[in-house]
Amino acid sequence: MISIKNLHASIGEKEILRGINLEVKAGEVHAIMGPNGSGKSTLSSVLAGREDYNVTEGTVTFNGKNLLDLSPEDRAREGLFLAFQYPVEIPGVSNINFLRTALNEIRKYHGHEEMPAKDFLALVKDKSKLVELDSKLASRGVNEGFSGGEKKRNEIFQMAMLNPQLAILDETDSGLDIDALRIVANGVNKLKSKDNATILITHYQRLLDYIVPDFVHILYKGRIVKSGGKELALELEAKGYDEIKAQFESLES
Amino acid sequence: MANEILEEHIQNEYKWGFTTDIDADEAPKGLNEDIIRFISAKKNEPEWMLEFRLKAYRNWQNMTEPHWAHVSYAKPNFQDIIYYSAPKPKKELASLDEVDPELLKTFEKLGISIDEQKRLTGVQSNIAVDIVFDSVSVKTTFKETLAEKGIIFCSFSEAVQDHPDLVKKYMGMVVPPTDNFYAALNSAVFTDGSFCYIPKGVRSPMELSTYFRINASGTGQFERTLIIADEDAFVSYLEGCTAPQRDENQLHAAVVEIITHKNAEVKYSTVQNWYPGDKNGKGGIFNFVTKRGICLEDNSKISWTQVETGSAVTWKYPSVILKGNNSVGEFYSVALTNNYQQADTGTKMIHIGKNTRSTIISKGISAGFSNNSYRGLVQIKKGASNARNFSQCDSLLMGDKCGAHTFPYIEIKDKTAVVEHEATTSKIGEDQLFYCKQRGIDNEKAIGLIVNGYCKEVLNKLPMEFAVEAQKLLAISLEGSVG
Repeated sequence: MISIKNLHASIGEKEILRGINLEVKAGEVHAIMGPNGSGKSTLSSVLAGREDYNVTEGTVTFNGKNLLDLSPEDRAREGLFLAFQYPVEIPGVSNINFLRTALNEIRKYHGHEEMPAKDFLALVKDKSKLVELDSKLASRGVNEGFSGGEKKRNEIFQMAMLNPQLAILDETDSGLDIDALRIVANGVNKLKSKDNATILITHYQRLLDYIVPDFVHILYKGRIVKSGGKELALELEAKGYDEIKAQFESLES
Repeated sequence: MANEILEEHIQNEYKWGFTTDIDADEAPKGLNEDIIRFISAKKNEPEWMLEFRLKAYRNWQNMTEPHWAHVSYAKPNFQDIIYYSAPKPKKELASLDEVDPELLKTFEKLGISIDEQKRLTGVQSNIAVDIVFDSVSVKTTFKETLAEKGIIFCSFSEAVQDHPDLVKKYMGMVVPPTDNFYAALNSAVFTDGSFCYIPKGVRSPMELSTYFRINASGTGQFERTLIIADEDAFVSYLEGCTAPQRDENQLHAAVVEIITHKNAEVKYSTVQNWYPGDKNGKGGIFNFVTKRGICLEDNSKISWTQVETGSAVTWKYPSVILKGNNSVGEFYSVALTNNYQQADTGTKMIHIGKNTRSTIISKGISAGFSNNSYRGLVQIKKGASNARNFSQCDSLLMGDKCGAHTFPYIEIKDKTAVVEHEATTSKIGEDQLFYCKQRGIDNEKAIGLIVNGYCKEVLNKLPMEFAVEAQKLLAISLEGSVG
């Protein structure tokens, strides 16, 4: 589904991604873990097309297309979804109106008609249950005055509505209490299918108790330094990042 | 990145910029007492009306153009303007068939239906329209239906003929001919406008509106609107306007007066869409307007809502004088400037009566190389006990070549007053835009969404049909102004 080869990216003069290789197939869940500053969020921003970053080397192929050639909105329309670590507020624009616009833009891109209002509302009702989102939140301004947990739930709600092929969840677990974490994870699990894939970017193993990954990758200083199965996350939890750091530093020197 | 796009800039298409080829009856260029007599004679006005004009003209000659507004423009040459231009033939229209087909086509193109039957069977709610084309009112719809309720809704010229007592009593009560330079000019040369009287205890069964269209070249439009709501009356009044796309600057200097009696309420909504000039700032309308209402008696209310997207230069402060006790004044405004447009707009709330309340919500949006200023006065006179005001002035900037300014003036002479003022300035965030794009919404649509969200508090105050129009207009006016 997505194939990342030797991806280098920098912000200003500073190189943050230094040769990422990653292959994600349909039906898979990949977790990317790593200490602060290792480039986790940069990777998600680069894939989503944020303009602050410069891709200096490498290729990303998404469903046979050169992802890096596409505008951010076309990446979204092709089925790439980013659940933001810090979702922004858009005051005065109702969640419903926002999602309806998004959904119809995506449909238009694929040559489909706009979704009739009735079907859309039915979909909202159905999907908001998935993350136990209060129906009142759906009609409020996008993330306007939402608590941290509500914002994260709203991200998953949007994901459910837009039904992407590849979802990148950027530290969706951060700032969630245990109940909210369970709700969010539950939502993600229900949305999983053999046709879509998920990349979980996380700091903690905790999330992986709820969403079980097929693969775990450890990102350090802009490279994936170790990959393995779900047991790698447990190992990391037990030993911390220090051992990884030490191993890697000795390799570099 | 944003700047590059800004510089590529703006295919700001003005969709109402066409002209109608129609025979016009015009006065010669220039302004003097003879021209005023000419206008007055054209309208077959009584002597008192001519006197009013001449007095205003003599006053105006001794006045100087105001320069305190935060706008700069070449001073209009008042001798180079045609002060009267009316589509021929100017005669009483007994039925629609007599309206010039060119005019009918024009208004069809503008989306204004003159045909009452069409309105009745249409999906839209009924709105009575007075249509002012250059210097004259060409048609007022639903006049008879309204007359059954005792509502007078007609052109100003007709009111002078048919309701001289009301005109004499109220005209100039809120905006005296000596008020300011442009109000004086208007008082001297105004050619038409709308007149509306809602009698005691009547709520207007439909929305009343005036549609202003400038067509002829080299002309100025000087219209007057006078709205009176008698005791316990209510009316919602709408105003819309457009003009052809031309290289010259055309002057529009209007006066609107509103008077509310005991327990009466007037809600006045404007969508101002005069031609703003091209992307280099050439051409466009100078919109120098005096709008003011007075809550003459207790418990009355005047509410102004405006969406200002057009005009090269706007100079406009819809105000309320809160004379009656417990009276309420409101001002809700969205002012959007793009390219080289300049707007200096706001309100004055003058608290005289006791327990008077006023609310000001102003949303400015600046894009391109434009300048957008909010200028407002909240004045609490001595004895206006327990007066309250809440003001909120927000500015939104798009790109880094435009300006937003706020000039709030507050004068309080009564210790019991409570006045609050809040102001914010923000830029459309890259983060907000990226968030929208990541959901599949392109830049233009994203800006439209964000701007409409930002203006929601004001747009919500507009009548339904107008709100939809205004939303579209905001998006169109910002087309290409990617920040």
